[in-house]
Amino acid sequence: MAIVSTQDVRQVALLARLALHDDELKKLAAQLDEILEYVRQLQAVSTDGVEPTSHVLPLADVTRPDQRLPSLPPEEALTLAPARHGHLVKVPKVID
Amino acid sequence: MDRLCTRTIHELRSLMDQGACEPRALLQELLEQVERLNPTLHAYVTVDAGRLMRQLEQRLRQGPRGKLFGIPITVKDNLCVQGEETTCASRILRHFRPPYTASAIERLTQEGAIIVPRANMDEFAFGSSTESSAYGVTRNPWDLERVPGGSSGGSACAVAADAAIAALGTDTGGSIRQPAAFCGVVGLKPTYGRVSRYGLIAFASSLDVIGPITKDVRDCALLLSVIAGHDPKDSTCAPVEVPDYVAALQRPVKGLRFGVPKEYLIEEGIAPDVKAALEASCGALERLGMRRVSVSLPHTSYAVAAYYVVATAEASSNLARYDGVQYGARAATDGGSLLDMYQRTRADGFGTEAKRRIILGTYVLSRGYYDAYYLKGLKVRTLIKRDFDEALASCDVLICPTSPTAAFRIGEKLDNPLQMYLSDIFTISANLAGIPALSMPCGFTAKGLPIGMQLLAGPFREEVLLQVASAYEQATEWHRRKPEIRSCSTSR
Repeated sequence: MAIVSTQDVRQVALLARLALHDDELKKLAAQLDEILEYVRQLQAVSTDGVEPTSHVLPLADVTRPDQRLPSLPPEEALTLAPARHGHLVKVPKVID
Repeated sequence: MDRLCTRTIHELRSLMDQGACEPRALLQELLEQVERLNPTLHAYVTVDAGRLMRQLEQRLRQGPRGKLFGIPITVKDNLCVQGEETTCASRILRHFRPPYTASAIERLTQEGAIIVPRANMDEFAFGSSTESSAYGVTRNPWDLERVPGGSSGGSACAVAADAAIAALGTDTGGSIRQPAAFCGVVGLKPTYGRVSRYGLIAFASSLDVIGPITKDVRDCALLLSVIAGHDPKDSTCAPVEVPDYVAALQRPVKGLRFGVPKEYLIEEGIAPDVKAALEASCGALERLGMRRVSVSLPHTSYAVAAYYVVATAEASSNLARYDGVQYGARAATDGGSLLDMYQRTRADGFGTEAKRRIILGTYVLSRGYYDAYYLKGLKVRTLIKRDFDEALASCDVLICPTSPTAAFRIGEKLDNPLQMYLSDIFTISANLAGIPALSMPCGFTAKGLPIGMQLLAGPFREEVLLQVASAYEQATEWHRRKPEIRSCSTSR
């Protein structure tokens, strides 16, 4: 039985902010199904009492002195924006 | 005399010291080689000769005259260079010119290197073949019908074809080592946290590292010694002292122990000529006075599954930043909403593999699946790491193939993502465990394709990898073979 339906992929694509065509959704659902079927073998591993490893370094919080340092000048940052309005980044209307 | 572009960094350094090599002549010859071969190989997305010449003139005027003075170093298209287009081989970053430079590149510059940007790669480093680049496929210099490996395929291809003196790549699941193996050069994935990642465009933050791809082991040690070390700009960069990697090359290997994980040799799909080359290499290490011990990594068969959960989860999260707002490409949506703009920008900007990984990563992180997939993957990761801790307690290095086969054909695995992922079986564990691993040439297949041997060691033990690799290299001739490249100027 399929683990992932086209409808599941549609929902995930919305969460991930990706517009996908129906044929893309269908193909992805089939491929995801195959990949997750393979991934399911992890269930066979006993991990009782095993701590998860999110990264391997024995580093605790890294801090620096609370000092003001120069950062990227706004004008330089704004030159990278696809659209701007004066000193602001312009985006499509958010609220009607 | 051999052309200058065929030389290594250390050879060029001594030629320069003798007054037998001039940086302008070196860059000129390198650019000629690139111009001749890049239309065929496509190792670089683009090369701007004029800008490189200006960079060189500035370096000649102002220095610094450090360890890499006047030496061109090629860098992968996911490492930011201020003012130079840096795209991660993605449409979504087309025309992006970063306002700052990656720390690793800054360190090369501080030693006087000439930075040659834009080595081709899989889009966002998602792939094992450099076929997912939005700017075209890179070809393997040993066989133009085959892939160079990936994701640092452009870097490895350029080094193998003498279209680079040496290069930087990045490795999240084998992206330095596997292309190094496929192209017959040396590639090192350093310990997680050994090299600053400030200015590296992120793929999977708990796995990504930057490392050298070079023509021999000495150059590898040399480049690592330049890029390694603490950087306050990267909070995951370890404050661990940098040893003298070049000095480590001289140390004798007699008495050192190497372990061959038994799971790696019974793995299905390992090609007979790869297995034979590895066995022969183990014999060579024994003749150097090293002792072979038997070790086990019992969770090996779960590594690919754990990796593709963890790596895609992190990738989906890292790629959330590409929304068409502050930088990068934005899709035109006449009168559409903000949501439309996000969805269209990302649909137009990302390629097939990037979309697949974003969807997979978002899925394994979503409510209802988080525990079953992502958390489970992180726990299995702990077991894989423990396997290495135990195996490396009874030996100094582990030896295995870098890849189960030599370079595969272009297009062969493109429509079968799981097959592509499984080709990373021998490399991804080192990323999950965070340990250093090096790939170097150890033979050729009957068809004349390079085979890579992988050496792995405990965290921050790059020295022992380089020490053993150097001894093996001096006892063998594999690294001296060069591909004969038919240049097909018609594809220009």
